[in-house]
Amino acid sequence: MNEVLEQTKWIKACRTTDIPENGGAAVKIGNEQIAVFNFTRTGKWYATQNECPHKKQMILSRGMIGCADNIPKVACPFHKKTFSLENGTCLSGEDYTIKTFPIKIENGYVYISINDEV
Amino acid sequence: MKKIIVAGNGMVGYKFCEKLISKSGTDKFQITVLGEEPRPAYDRVHLSEYFSGKTANDLLMAKEDWYKQNQINLLTNHTVTNIDRFKKTVHTHNGKKYNYDYLILATGSAPFVPNIQGTDKEGVFVYRTIEDLEMIKAWGKKAKTGSVIGGGLLGLEAAKALLDMGLQKVYVIEFAQRLMPRQLDEKASAILQKQLEKLGLTILLNKNTRTITGNQAINGLTFSDESSIESDILIISAGIKARDELADKCGLEKGPRGGFKVNHLLQTSDPSIYAIGECASYEGMIYGLVAPGYDMAEVVAHNLCQPEQTKTFNGCDLSTKLKLIGTDVASIGNPFIEEPDAKTIVYEDKHKLIYQRLNITADGKYLLGAILVGDTEQYGMMLQTYLNKIVLPQNPENLLFANKATESSDNKNYLLNLPDEALICSCESVNKGAICRAIDEHQIQDVNTIKKCTKAGTGCGGCTPMLKDLLAATLKAKGVYLRNILCEHFNYTRQELFDLIRINRLHTYDDILNRFGRGHGCEVCKPAIASILASLYNDNILKQDTIQDTNDRFLANLQKGGTYSVVPRIPGGEITPDKLIVIGQVAKKYGLYTKITGGQRIDMFGAHLNDLPAIWEELINAGFESGHAYGKALRTVKSCVGSTWCRFGLHDSVSFAIEIENRYKGLRAPHKIKAAVSGCVRECAEAQSKDFGIIATEKGWNLYVCGNGGAKPQHAVLLASDIDKETCIKYIDRFLMFYIRTADPLTRTATWFNKLEGGIEYLRDVIINDSLGIAEELEKEMQILISNYKCEWKEAVETPEIRNKFRYFVNTDEKDPTVQFEPMRDQIKAKEW
Repeated sequence: MNEVLEQTKWIKACRTTDIPENGGAAVKIGNEQIAVFNFTRTGKWYATQNECPHKKQMILSRGMIGCADNIPKVACPFHKKTFSLENGTCLSGEDYTIKTFPIKIENGYVYISINDEV
Repeated sequence: MKKIIVAGNGMVGYKFCEKLISKSGTDKFQITVLGEEPRPAYDRVHLSEYFSGKTANDLLMAKEDWYKQNQINLLTNHTVTNIDRFKKTVHTHNGKKYNYDYLILATGSAPFVPNIQGTDKEGVFVYRTIEDLEMIKAWGKKAKTGSVIGGGLLGLEAAKALLDMGLQKVYVIEFAQRLMPRQLDEKASAILQKQLEKLGLTILLNKNTRTITGNQAINGLTFSDESSIESDILIISAGIKARDELADKCGLEKGPRGGFKVNHLLQTSDPSIYAIGECASYEGMIYGLVAPGYDMAEVVAHNLCQPEQTKTFNGCDLSTKLKLIGTDVASIGNPFIEEPDAKTIVYEDKHKLIYQRLNITADGKYLLGAILVGDTEQYGMMLQTYLNKIVLPQNPENLLFANKATESSDNKNYLLNLPDEALICSCESVNKGAICRAIDEHQIQDVNTIKKCTKAGTGCGGCTPMLKDLLAATLKAKGVYLRNILCEHFNYTRQELFDLIRINRLHTYDDILNRFGRGHGCEVCKPAIASILASLYNDNILKQDTIQDTNDRFLANLQKGGTYSVVPRIPGGEITPDKLIVIGQVAKKYGLYTKITGGQRIDMFGAHLNDLPAIWEELINAGFESGHAYGKALRTVKSCVGSTWCRFGLHDSVSFAIEIENRYKGLRAPHKIKAAVSGCVRECAEAQSKDFGIIATEKGWNLYVCGNGGAKPQHAVLLASDIDKETCIKYIDRFLMFYIRTADPLTRTATWFNKLEGGIEYLRDVIINDSLGIAEELEKEMQILISNYKCEWKEAVETPEIRNKFRYFVNTDEKDPTVQFEPMRDQIKAKEW
């Protein structure tokens, strides 16, 4: 009866109130830096790698979020490369991708799974 | 059903299958694909991205299901070893036999490994397959110094990959006198070389590698000139040779430089056997690019489906635009043709590392070829001009600068003069006539709609700048006024939005988006509206921190490496010794690099996000205020020492500068604002290069506006002369508010002024003669902003909710562990990215 049906291993990352509305912040899980975004306008949450692949800078959590053609995105503050928050593809036409991670909200806390990428 | 066998599952072999299926469906042919590699075809052009995190799966041309869905029998790990042309069968290395009616050879090429002693040592690799890259990645982990033989495109990519893997020193060894000898001339190569050296590569030219040294594994290379280098890893990228081994075995004819010899139908000497891609030799030429291979695939697929209307392959244009590491490179047509067959126009900028060469016919009418390094913006336009044999404009050199000089209408007129048949988008074959008709019929006002209606610009995207220009030129010719709308979320210009927000007294971004916009905003409209709100109310911007541009969001300047720089205000550049000491103490305590800025103040670099509030607390306690160096706001009012000390000074420029700076500090605008006050006509404060500048005269002050330093220097123009202080301030109030109300986002006063119809006379009318009747309103608005001023850093430090936002991680108090500095001249600098 105690078989594990859910394989995803969730890690408690922070309180929901730690992440600004319609913005992001970084959390540290082990040695990984994860950017967490609270897309209040749609009620959705996203987690991605914090590093922008362009110049390899730990920065994406400080980027502005928004949408392009209804795809939720984050813009890197350094050179304004934009990435889909849904699947990490670069929306400004370059061959970069960022990792995205499963995220869920429970009882006022943000949980992230960094074992398997979405 | 006829049986087709495709030998080779690379990009071209795959493309052939895709094209055949799309033309014939699945019931006309029975297709079997024999691939040597363990996985289905993948995108070899973007192979290097395997190093930057893409997986082998990401690179696949199509997933395995695709072959199944289309009833293609894909057999990976199957190498074709022989062909029995009489029985029409192919044999594979594992002893299997397959019958064919048509055999398509798409065996590609293999890296050419020159005859150098020691290529069998461990740590020597080629750069062709995912397996190669896996081995390089594994070996590279323990390597410190690396080298690449071959300074062509692929070699340079391999070198970049080695750099990215963290090797300390990477050599590129080229046998010829220059890099990319087949695409670039000497000067172009020299510019490229400089760019690559800046990235950290060491380029060795004229080098003939003699031996690879080391016992079991490589430890270095020696050259024929007796020199040598150390190297723990070597990648050989010295060109390709066609995979044509089957030709000798089964008696197919070969081209002079290898490859299966094919005719214009891509048939080999056996008409039921075709060859396409890098293994084919057409008219003695082997095409090492993917585009000609795709063209060949198209010809064969078409002819098999519609033998009654044959297409032919007639060679291929080899113009290419490449995103090389760190720079863009392109070549068009014949890049090397010289006098007397052609005249050349050359532009060389060793500072910005740009080289452009146009080869035109002796009569100046047509473009024959071009080389572009460092700036390939005009590639699309030039390629069209070349391919369509379009008559060049009177001054062909304008092709080089067309997009730079916005004032020059030459470029846009030139576009209008193109014939309707001129191909604008070569990926989707859309010509100019079709685009102009679409603009007309659908009353298109933006490039995205052109893309949707015509498909132009949806392939490689290279023609997008041309679409933009064509749209602007077409609309202008029709007399349509093109509104510069903010972005996809707001169908308003900044000025319209400014008025809407002002009239409706809106205070939050969400309210504004809900009322006047659509979607969820973006990095363009958020800071633009944040700036409007600040210019209307001058409220603390961190109340809506996530709509602020990065610098504003943390009230500091984001620098390379992710740390911030801190600039306290030093009005007029005047500072007491005590305050200087405090800056020194703070910088020392927090390990900051210090530098005097161009605006007469002191910048402290390398501050961790977490340290910002504590740094500011100390500065504020010593009497400093925010310098707004991070904002699109008033920066500094520079001054010369003036009449208090200077023998020539007419008035006290320092006192006036301090007064002005304190008056406008914290004022946010569409872009940054810089000002200066000079005490006499010698102009030591350089006021005529500022957004507004004041110069003392015998009778009072002269007020200059809309100057600019920076990338596009522009002298300020005289707005009023010999006025007293009060009048001067009144005019500046009006001028700044008028600019703030009407400028587009991120537009400096100089650019705004250049677009202002009526020029300085009009501006003088509005500011001095109050021709619009708004002068009083402007002054009042400015007064509100001035009286609402508070030092935002003081508020941030004293308000716990705001102060709490300055945390790098929200789940631990740690600082960013990835921040790294390097020592330089007794201080630090950011680690190179």
